[in-house]
Amino acid sequence: MSTTVPAAAGEVRDDLSVTHHGRPKLSDRARHERRLGWMLAGPAFVLMVAVTGYPVLNAVWLSLFDYRLTAPDDREFVGLSNYALILSDGLFWRQFGVTAAITVVTVAVEFVLGFALAMVMHRALFLRRTLRTAILIPYGIITVVSAYAWQYAFASASGFVNPLLGLGGYNWFGDTVPSLVVICLSEIWKTTPFLSLLLLAGLAQIPEDYLEAAKVDGATAWQRFRRVIMPNMKAAIMVALLFRTLDAFRIFDNVFIMTQGAQGTETLSFLAYRQTISRVQIGLGSAVSVILAILVVLIAVMFVKGFKTNLSQQKG
Amino acid sequence: MTTMEREAGAPPAAETSSKRSPKVSSSERKSQILWLVGAIVIIAYALIPVAWILSLSLKAGDDINNQRFLPSDVSLENYRIVLSSDIFLSALRNSVGIAAIATTISVVLATLAAYAIARLEFPGKKLILGVALAITVFPVISIATPLFNMWRTIGLYDTWLGLIIPYLSFSIPLSVYVLSAFFREIPWEMEQAAQVDGATAWQAFRKVIVPLAAPGVFTAAILTFFAIWNDFVFGITLTSTEAARPVPAALAFFSGASQFSQPTAPIAAASVLVTIPVIILVLLFQQKIVAGLTNGAVKG
Repeated sequence: MSTTVPAAAGEVRDDLSVTHHGRPKLSDRARHERRLGWMLAGPAFVLMVAVTGYPVLNAVWLSLFDYRLTAPDDREFVGLSNYALILSDGLFWRQFGVTAAITVVTVAVEFVLGFALAMVMHRALFLRRTLRTAILIPYGIITVVSAYAWQYAFASASGFVNPLLGLGGYNWFGDTVPSLVVICLSEIWKTTPFLSLLLLAGLAQIPEDYLEAAKVDGATAWQRFRRVIMPNMKAAIMVALLFRTLDAFRIFDNVFIMTQGAQGTETLSFLAYRQTISRVQIGLGSAVSVILAILVVLIAVMFVKGFKTNLSQQKG
Repeated sequence: MTTMEREAGAPPAAETSSKRSPKVSSSERKSQILWLVGAIVIIAYALIPVAWILSLSLKAGDDINNQRFLPSDVSLENYRIVLSSDIFLSALRNSVGIAAIATTISVVLATLAAYAIARLEFPGKKLILGVALAITVFPVISIATPLFNMWRTIGLYDTWLGLIIPYLSFSIPLSVYVLSAFFREIPWEMEQAAQVDGATAWQAFRKVIVPLAAPGVFTAAILTFFAIWNDFVFGITLTSTEAARPVPAALAFFSGASQFSQPTAPIAAASVLVTIPVIILVLLFQQKIVAGLTNGAVKG
């Protein structure tokens, strides 16, 4: 199967090495295959690592300095004191709380909603094409546009939501919780389709016989869902939840457009942005970025571990 | 070719539905009515916010604050404002140019890498996939803030190249996943068959493999374009002027016709304009996008 590929890499040298060293042909092929593999995948790999790996290390390094862009000569090594400053600041923990709350609420709602969407897409025989086309529009739309659409809909001046709900001149963006509600709505609207498509792929892999058998045995719709559908979709559910959780945790665009972090809606990504870009506190901003990255890695590890233990419990 | 196209294009559930559709029982017909209602609700869910921003963009003057869904009078005034705004037009130019260049390079590099991953045995394959996965989940802002500092030092700040480079590194992982899942399903024996028939390795690749792989590469290109077109974090952190600022970032700093008029309706008009390419791509390539999203994530 792979014989054709090394030939393309350099037939002549292939033959030479065989006659000179008398190596078996297969290992020679394997050697060429390795080289070709890295020749093809190398550029992409180098680019991925260079543009992410180096900045991350650079951020770790800069986070150890008291460094303001406007006063580069005052740059001073301060060890871990940027981290100490951030972690002992009540504001950081508040922003951590806001970020965590947004993540939990949006992912929970999206999971339920996404499952419903996936079920309808899986079962409905009519409007199949239209349905898939329609839900791809929120997926493809620019997050900033989604943020504006929801903000203007809820705004007390231009919005149609207040008259619809009979709320008069209620200001949704005057307090933390209502602002976060609108931010979450925009986030949910935009990203549920992606989640539902991942779940749909999982649903499609469940053999129809399983469901038929459960039906014959008298299982209710809920039992079929709980006992047949859910356990058979573990992988798809895990992938969908993991991706969405990590994505939700770095929420930035919706917050930036709707509140600019006002009314206590600032998230961790927004804090990193504000420290680095607006206040040019490179040292502090880098430390926030590093903390955010560590948190994301922790969430990913927890997810993978959590789902593994669950899987083993299911088997046992 | 036809089998490949079907595999790539068909939505995952298509198989089961075609099995069901020939004979629909009466209880099935009843539940189909419920599913139909569900489908209509979902379509409304997906389209109402888009309809709202479109409706808002057609309102002019005091009508913007009429607090109703529909305009009392349809006006194209906001589109005139936006299309005569240098800020918007240069942002559009930047976004189109940067997205086109970055998408092309990204897909070419990802195709080579995905081919190697799907077809060849070499050490470090797992490492590449691992790094790719790590990047897709990494918080973008954690890269954007150090890049802000680095780009200022080496002069890439506020340039097209300064945006293209991070776009490449963040879009390649997605394409590698989508494409390596796709390439695993290509019947590669056909390449050998062509060579047995006397084609050279290059001819076999060019005439047999490229047509088979093209739909997958195309899907990866659409998904990459969406990701780059949507980017906001790099757009606002790595640019400062009209020289490189892309559309989403420009929208965030957009002000009205004059300093004193409210920018609400012009922003809505600009939003509609930048959503048009998305809608066209979705309408034309719905099946490919769905297949690409689900294949890459579940099988890869």
